[in-house]
Amino acid sequence: MKILVAVKRVIDYNVKIRVKADHSDVDLTNVKMAMNPFCEIAVEEAVRLKEKGVATEVVAVSIGPKAAQEQLRTALALGADRALHIETDERAESLAVAKLLAKVVDDEQPGLVILGKQAIDTDNNQTGQMLAALTNLPQGTFASEVAVDGDKVNVTREIDGGLQTIALTLPAIVTTDLRLNEPRYAKLPDIMKAKKKPMDVKTPADYGVEVASKVSLLKVESPAERKGGVKVASVDELIDKLKNEAKVL
Amino acid sequence: MSILVLADINDGQLASATAHVVAAAKAIGGDIDVLVAGEGVQAAAEAAAKLDGVSKVRVADNAVYAYQLAEPMGALLMELANGYTHVLASASTTGKNVLPRLAALKDVSQLSDVIGIEGADTFLRPIYAGNAIATVKSDDPLKVITVRSSAFDAVADSGSATVEAIDVVVENTQSSFVKEELAQSDRPELGGAKVVISGGRGMGNGENFKLLDGIADKLGAAVGASRAAVDAGFVPNDMQVGQTGKIVAPDLYIAVGISGAIQHLAGMKDSKVIVAINKDDEAPIFQVADYGLVGDLFDILPELESKL
Repeated sequence: MKILVAVKRVIDYNVKIRVKADHSDVDLTNVKMAMNPFCEIAVEEAVRLKEKGVATEVVAVSIGPKAAQEQLRTALALGADRALHIETDERAESLAVAKLLAKVVDDEQPGLVILGKQAIDTDNNQTGQMLAALTNLPQGTFASEVAVDGDKVNVTREIDGGLQTIALTLPAIVTTDLRLNEPRYAKLPDIMKAKKKPMDVKTPADYGVEVASKVSLLKVESPAERKGGVKVASVDELIDKLKNEAKVL
Repeated sequence: MSILVLADINDGQLASATAHVVAAAKAIGGDIDVLVAGEGVQAAAEAAAKLDGVSKVRVADNAVYAYQLAEPMGALLMELANGYTHVLASASTTGKNVLPRLAALKDVSQLSDVIGIEGADTFLRPIYAGNAIATVKSDDPLKVITVRSSAFDAVADSGSATVEAIDVVVENTQSSFVKEELAQSDRPELGGAKVVISGGRGMGNGENFKLLDGIADKLGAAVGASRAAVDAGFVPNDMQVGQTGKIVAPDLYIAVGISGAIQHLAGMKDSKVIVAINKDDEAPIFQVADYGLVGDLFDILPELESKL
């Protein structure tokens, strides 16, 4: 079967972000960008399923500005077979992304779609679920284990109290949690080979999808700073401060 | 304004998060109904009816809603959402799993992890691991929202709402429950605990987490962990506090052997008082800690336990 993987270009997870002075958004100029960590895990899982002989082809897709092609090349270097870039400079919210991905699912007819559970910039945790709803396919979110078995997939999910395993009929949508796997690094020869792999470029208009959202960003601010605390010298002093100053004991 | 709150159910009982979501619904204002869906959820429905501010509890008690699987829950909410201006759920793994489905089926956006309410259409939510707070306005006809429960105080349980059964039964042929492995603990639930003590990579191994247990028992605290401690296999992942784990805001948070990476801070920096115990006095955790104690946790923890 074919596996479709969605990847997003986001600010690198190690970067300490700055809010723009006019509070319109976070400042992304000259900031290191990378593939969203949860998307890397999605790519890794798809490639492993191919290596196991479960998948025959892995297609990576990204929606965003031209620069997102870098992240698609990374996915190709990690083992994806071909890529699809849907180019837009608009701020594509989860719903628009899910609608575009639903069109791609319709075109490509994958047996499995793997996405990250959330992007570390917007922290929405929505796209996979929305895609499942729009395509009328079952969903296995926050997956820490994915086992394809004939026309079903067993997905072990990280839930608040522990782990839950569900069985889904294929095709299905899976979103990855951090513990699903340990993504590999792309080797130089693979990075060179990835340059020759096919990449289609389309626009949202090609799919007849409107990217604009009814949610507007009014303001972005830095959170309230915690004021620097004090260092105490001993356990006794700590207990005394907690009892008499902070009054939390 | 007419608001539907999806109740969180834990083993047939009403989870504490629901009282926090009702508080958020009260901040929006209007009639508040609570949907209790699951199998064998009468006790949860009765508990929901006692929550202050709730006018009606709607109960969908059927095997198809057991474990609140996303597919039947999305279809049920799709049926019930008509007539409501807002649908709210806690940003628990269930709320996060189910609500985006409803939003997409209704062709509206979803607002995730809301921490502040400025009006019926304007909300505050953290982005970039809590390093920025966005104010967003939704012009969608239906607002679908998950609520960060730690950002709202729970409502009291002196209410008396009416309880009505709903007989909407949807079909689900796409997904089925196989098994669950729940972590057993007598301690308070991490999300709702007044005191949380967490261990990080500095704990060295899983066995050493027992050093936290004695203190947790004395303080009535829940025990958490950093992602590093979970990834190293010291403790199960449901103990993880952080951007990708649980978000907590207890009165007292004690971080032991945790450096204070952005990912971890996202999950605990709204705690009222933060204590850091770490041997590295340059660790970033000290920049957010109200009280820091530099030293070897293997000396400090037994001493702290004996003196509490």
